[in-house]
Amino acid sequence: MRIHFKTSYEHDIRLFPDWWSFFVYAILIAIAVVLPWLIDDFFIGEVTNVLIWAIAGLGLMMLTGQTGQASLGHAAFLALGCYSCIIFMEQGLPFLIAFPAAGVLTGVIGTIIAIPAIRLHGIYLAIATMAISILADDIIVLMEPITNGVSGKFAPVINIFGIEIERWTTPDRFYWLVLAVTIICTLIYRNILRSPLGRAFAAVRDSEVSAMAMGIHISRTKAIAFGFSCAITGLAGALMGFFAGAFNNETFSIVISITLLMMIVIGGLGSIHGAFFGAVVVAFLPQFLSIAKETVIGGGVAIPGLETGVFGMILILFILFEPMGIYGRWMKIRIWFELFPFARKDMFKRQKSYLKTERLR
Amino acid sequence: MEVLQLLVSGLANGCVYGLIALGFVLIYKATEQVNFAQGDFMMLGAFITLGLTNAHYMGLPFWVAAPLAIAIMAVLGYLLDFFVLRHLFGQSQTAVVILTIALGFVIRFIAGLIWTHEPQTLESPLAIGDFHVAGVVLGMADVAVIVVTVLLTFFLFQFFQRTKLGLAMQAASQNQMAAYFMGIPVKRVQGMIWGLSGAVAAVAGILFASKGAIDPNAGLLGIKAFAAAVIGGFGSLPGALMGGLIVGVIEPFASRYFPAGYSQIAPYALLLFVLVFRPHGLFSQVRTKKV
Repeated sequence: MRIHFKTSYEHDIRLFPDWWSFFVYAILIAIAVVLPWLIDDFFIGEVTNVLIWAIAGLGLMMLTGQTGQASLGHAAFLALGCYSCIIFMEQGLPFLIAFPAAGVLTGVIGTIIAIPAIRLHGIYLAIATMAISILADDIIVLMEPITNGVSGKFAPVINIFGIEIERWTTPDRFYWLVLAVTIICTLIYRNILRSPLGRAFAAVRDSEVSAMAMGIHISRTKAIAFGFSCAITGLAGALMGFFAGAFNNETFSIVISITLLMMIVIGGLGSIHGAFFGAVVVAFLPQFLSIAKETVIGGGVAIPGLETGVFGMILILFILFEPMGIYGRWMKIRIWFELFPFARKDMFKRQKSYLKTERLR
Repeated sequence: MEVLQLLVSGLANGCVYGLIALGFVLIYKATEQVNFAQGDFMMLGAFITLGLTNAHYMGLPFWVAAPLAIAIMAVLGYLLDFFVLRHLFGQSQTAVVILTIALGFVIRFIAGLIWTHEPQTLESPLAIGDFHVAGVVLGMADVAVIVVTVLLTFFLFQFFQRTKLGLAMQAASQNQMAAYFMGIPVKRVQGMIWGLSGAVAAVAGILFASKGAIDPNAGLLGIKAFAAAVIGGFGSLPGALMGGLIVGVIEPFASRYFPAGYSQIAPYALLLFVLVFRPHGLFSQVRTKKV
């Protein structure tokens, strides 16, 4: 077992706590880079899908996991990122400019939307963002001259310095692009958490009253969290557009918003690992179910709502038995082995909590 | 005359929204939790009644089936609290929100398995004929919806204001620990309120099914009812009904007078408007705590 004696603040906020963890992540990235030579194109597509969902999950995790604001409307920002990136490219901008610009635009619009929304607490914010998600669907249809409405748009071929990247013809290159974006987003996310801003996020999440007492500007912090969250989500949305190839108003429905929120809960709220674990579940569940269905009752029988139903059941089990998600379970298993044979059963037992509200009558 | 006709049909729809919203508010008032699956509860209540009544299934007389369905839903609500939600006791609202959304998915899936995804109609004695009053066509079902809703809201309101149990429920929601000290069996009270809201959802479901065909996706109506509850102000029973009526009335008028495409966003646009300018609803009961 490794014990970190933290002797300075610099040490506490270090990106990797020690050389061992740096080594582990370096190996992980190396494997990810050589993956296209190890598995075939179909699975590369699936892994790309996982990574895109993970980026979107990181975006929502920033808001829900770090700052404690539940949003049911992130599909709207996925859509915004997707449409703006494609439209910028149709206007003749190269991908390398259009893609970050789409992220920035989504972030800015997210912040603007957040300014009225951050006055809302907990449940009201969830409802407001849900309304935004429903409205986004209709607004895309209403803005037909720009968005092509119901008939939708097709993603153009990405061109970076003469290298053409397309999801179907060059899945390997597309995978590397998504991988690069994933690594950049994860690093940005990790670095925000180390900064005073990240600490402010956590303070707001844990108790708004005490955060206020420590001199944190609550609404500004929430607005910034919203902005970053939306920016990352926007990037994921653009990648989703390229991945799908064609998209319209129904691609980013409220169901996607809900799935995204459920995904990070299953993965484990408040951790980067959680976004990735959750993405794996979301991306592989449909495949797994269709294989399971084929072996149990034979192919060809359609059960509508099976995916969402099973997904819902998994989520209920997680909330009841492992509120910390897959990442929490992973941590517990790891610590059990690290402390062997000294792990105690009630080590992770939480203090009993009681709910108090802001309501007066 | 046309305005009046739109108004009546809007009111009848609005009452259904109001009834679902009532279920939200009941649970919120007593447990400070929000049940996103309330719309699916409504759908389940409707389908249980349908399963008991329709000749195709059990073929019981409607007036036996309806109370039975309401009782079944009440028991289901209580059991749900007992087996699932009680484990979340004291946890954040967000956990409950996510849990109930997932629950909604599961309920929709199960209902689809049992009653298929084909739209079906309830053989309800309320669904007979229309009558004309001063040039306005009134459906029997519409009238029943309006009457039942108003009565139910009135009784529930009185229940919370006057009875010991109602007051205990309010106390339990405001401060669980203090409620314990006052000798309120907080957990049992919460179970009861889930049962009560299940029963209300069943009533809403029966009335909704009397107005037209239902399928397992009818639960998505819950989202509109949600808008209604927020517009009225969570935590206020008359507010929920008013919110439901507002949403219900806006819809037919918007689709009549606005260009196509704009009409369906009207309730949500109103919802956002209310949230921005009166964050706790039109009939709010919330004041912010000072540090």
